[in-house]
Amino acid sequence: MEIRTKLAAVVAASFAIGTAATAEPITVVSWGGSYGQAQDNALFNDASKNSGIEIIRESGASMSKACLQVESGAVTWDLVVTGSGGAAAAAAKGCLEKIDYSVVDVSDFYPNTYTDYCVGSDVFATVMAWNTDKYGAPGSDGAPNSWADFFNVEKFPGTRAYRANNVDGALEPALMADGVAPEDVYKVLATREGKERAINKIRELKPHIAVFWESGAMQAQLMKDGEVDMTTGWNGRFDNAKKDGATVGYTFNQALLDYDCFAMPKGAPNKDTAMAFLAEVSKAEYQANLPFHITYGPTNKKAYEVTTAPAELIRALPSHPDNVPFMVPVSLDWYAEHRAEALELYIEMLSE
Amino acid sequence: MARADADGSRSGKHLHGAALKRQHAREQWSVLSLVVPALIVIVLIILIPLSWLFYLSFLGDNGGFSLENYHKMTQYKSYYRIFVTTFQVSILTTLACIALGYPLAFFLAQLPPRWAGVFMLAVLLPFWTSLLVRTYAWLVLLQKRGILNEFAMQVGLWETPIKLVHNMTGTLIGMAHIMLPFLILPLYNAMRKIDKDMMHAAANLGANPINAFWRVYFPLSLPGMVAGSLIVFVLCLGFYVTPAVLGGGRVIMVSNQITAILENQFDWGAASALGVVLLVATTFTLYLAARVFKFDAALFGRD
Repeated sequence: MEIRTKLAAVVAASFAIGTAATAEPITVVSWGGSYGQAQDNALFNDASKNSGIEIIRESGASMSKACLQVESGAVTWDLVVTGSGGAAAAAAKGCLEKIDYSVVDVSDFYPNTYTDYCVGSDVFATVMAWNTDKYGAPGSDGAPNSWADFFNVEKFPGTRAYRANNVDGALEPALMADGVAPEDVYKVLATREGKERAINKIRELKPHIAVFWESGAMQAQLMKDGEVDMTTGWNGRFDNAKKDGATVGYTFNQALLDYDCFAMPKGAPNKDTAMAFLAEVSKAEYQANLPFHITYGPTNKKAYEVTTAPAELIRALPSHPDNVPFMVPVSLDWYAEHRAEALELYIEMLSE
Repeated sequence: MARADADGSRSGKHLHGAALKRQHAREQWSVLSLVVPALIVIVLIILIPLSWLFYLSFLGDNGGFSLENYHKMTQYKSYYRIFVTTFQVSILTTLACIALGYPLAFFLAQLPPRWAGVFMLAVLLPFWTSLLVRTYAWLVLLQKRGILNEFAMQVGLWETPIKLVHNMTGTLIGMAHIMLPFLILPLYNAMRKIDKDMMHAAANLGANPINAFWRVYFPLSLPGMVAGSLIVFVLCLGFYVTPAVLGGGRVIMVSNQITAILENQFDWGAASALGVVLLVATTFTLYLAARVFKFDAALFGRD
């Protein structure tokens, strides 16, 4: 894959005219599995070809590794994919380069899908997914429809899976299941009592949680293997599991709306070229191809206008205007302030 | 020294005392130089990173000396539980390896060497396979709709799937399988060195086979077993992959917690402090075990 990308870029570069063609190749780091593949096919390969910027693709993106590179003064990564929360935490630690918005055009982006330190690449949702053989198809009579259903093992007997080792998106569902209105979730979570209330709700469910998942690939695998009946997870992974034959469905109701983004480690070796590539890859024309490969929505509104994807594919995206009203946008401010404490409390409960 | 003298006189040269001394010194240096590469490696990849680990763990948020990373561990019970789990998993895995490995090594040691080699392959082949592959293979075997559960339910051994993985059971099965060669190899080696005549002598003196085994063979095989158990135990303490995959998020070991801290908070200080505590606890446990079981001989080759 890497070699092919490079070859394509070299060929393209030899035809391209301008300064970019002579620039050093930049290192772009993403995640493995269906996510990284989708980005290669929708974004990176074409953006590299059209801009003439040669890229070296690596997997295993992680903000902690990026921070380590920065702290040890040996930065080799130019652009790194990260969750919005991870980018906020890394920026707070001083690990990230400021985005130059005179180069990257975000005028058509949805609000709150970019910050000073990262540019949104796609919008995803943390949803509840279930085995449709067991509980029925989404939207059908008697199928689960809210977090209260997820936590109700009398109405929906069976096993559950929940997040391991990481508190992102773990407390909000528990509070909503406990009767807190979606718009009040972060207000309640701002107090110690609120966090403990959420943790206690999960503690109640714990005997029924058969597995705690560690990754998106694992969410998909658990549903494919029928290891659990219901799990939390990222919507795109379940759509891809369904394509692979899993009997899985999910709802956007009360889902957590979040985004992934590109960040640049402080002191990136090819800062200017990487910024130019970031500008290219953020264009609507590339994001418009994303729905073909994974059901994550564009951050660039214009992508909805130029996409050639069929209507039902578009309708299934988390950032689709019809879906957004059902969801709770993730509060980055809350994560910046409360993540560390919430994580300790969460692990406390997990280790019991 | 004696060797140098012999060499000197054999070459027929007349050697002054000073020259002898010089040659002695040169020889000592050349012997010493043999360990230089190992010494450099140890300093580079063990001592320096380890000192850095200690240094980081005592670094506070403000950049000065601080105990806050250690203090945090006393604030939450989870840290205590995680250390208990780590030692629990390591001890149980070691015991499982002894229970499985001792009879197997004994069996191998009784075979003629050629046949022992063939059976040894059964131990070594998995050892050469990637750890990750073996761990996931166990997941495929043990999960709810895994091969084992499906088979047992078809045969009628049990009716609903038994929970064999994503818990302590699965973790121990996987860890014991992965660690087994580390116990068998030193143990088998020690057993091979036991003189068969010892057992004959014991029989000659009137010991029945069981008696002869426990009073003669077993004590002689003990150094091998202790060495193997120690390797297994220490490797288990720092294990990451298998508990992460087969533990289902329920078996949280120190290494898993270190990952969680690094991935979520980029907090190198807190992660280093955990590493330091694990290192100290391990050293202390080994010291205690050495005192109790008197296995210095096995560890350091002293009699």
